[in-house]
Amino acid sequence: MTFEVGQELAPHTFLINRAKLIAYANASGDQNPIHQDEAFAKSVGLENVIAHGMFTMALAGRYVSELAGGSEKVRDFSARFTKPVVVPADLDVELILSAKVSAVDDGLVKIDLTAICAETKVLGMAKATFLA
Amino acid sequence: MLNPDVVGRTYKGANSFTVTQESITQFALAIGEPNISVAPPTFSISISLAESQSLLQESGLDWTRVVHGDQRFEIHRPLVAGDSILCSSTIETARVVAGNEIVTVRSDLFAGEELVISSWSTLVVRA
Repeated sequence: MTFEVGQELAPHTFLINRAKLIAYANASGDQNPIHQDEAFAKSVGLENVIAHGMFTMALAGRYVSELAGGSEKVRDFSARFTKPVVVPADLDVELILSAKVSAVDDGLVKIDLTAICAETKVLGMAKATFLA
Repeated sequence: MLNPDVVGRTYKGANSFTVTQESITQFALAIGEPNISVAPPTFSISISLAESQSLLQESGLDWTRVVHGDQRFEIHRPLVAGDSILCSSTIETARVVAGNEIVTVRSDLFAGEELVISSWSTLVVRA
């Protein structure tokens, strides 16, 4: 795939649910109950269970890997966690990833990412660099 | 509050972490990534954040109030099964904004002498 500055890249929608949060908790070792236990999450003032920020970023990373043509090509990846992804029980929550090419230089492609959940941007300043 | 003396100090992790194929596969499965020949780009967070947690707790910070603010990975090469990783952590900055303490930790992951991944985590300690 060739990349040009300003190019809009095909979006991808991921579905997030409670089972996936548990699988991510087990894979990452982050067992914070705010990501699994609704009663606990509400007791600390959250609306409901929220996804790990790093789970949202990991899904964005998978999107970047696909665009790059493989995880091994990803060289830099950053994001700010601006809004929580709220995950009610028995529901698949949509996370929509899209990206735009910001630079193509010296064999590297730089992209700006947008991650939307419930019509809200959940990642800020999300950027990635991969080998062309 | 974090003891200001710890800012700028580098702590070398005492224990190495061996990357297993099983841990890569489990992480890849959790995010729906079909390629399990290398670790996904954010895989190393489970190494670096665990090191940051123990370091910051030892430095007097209340981990139960910590929220992840932002994250960056600079990846020289992906982690692969069999890598034996030592994590070196530096508290780069610590400041208080609107009553919340904001701490940036840099984690350098080494396989022997080779720097494989540098990552930066900004952690917000809610007041």
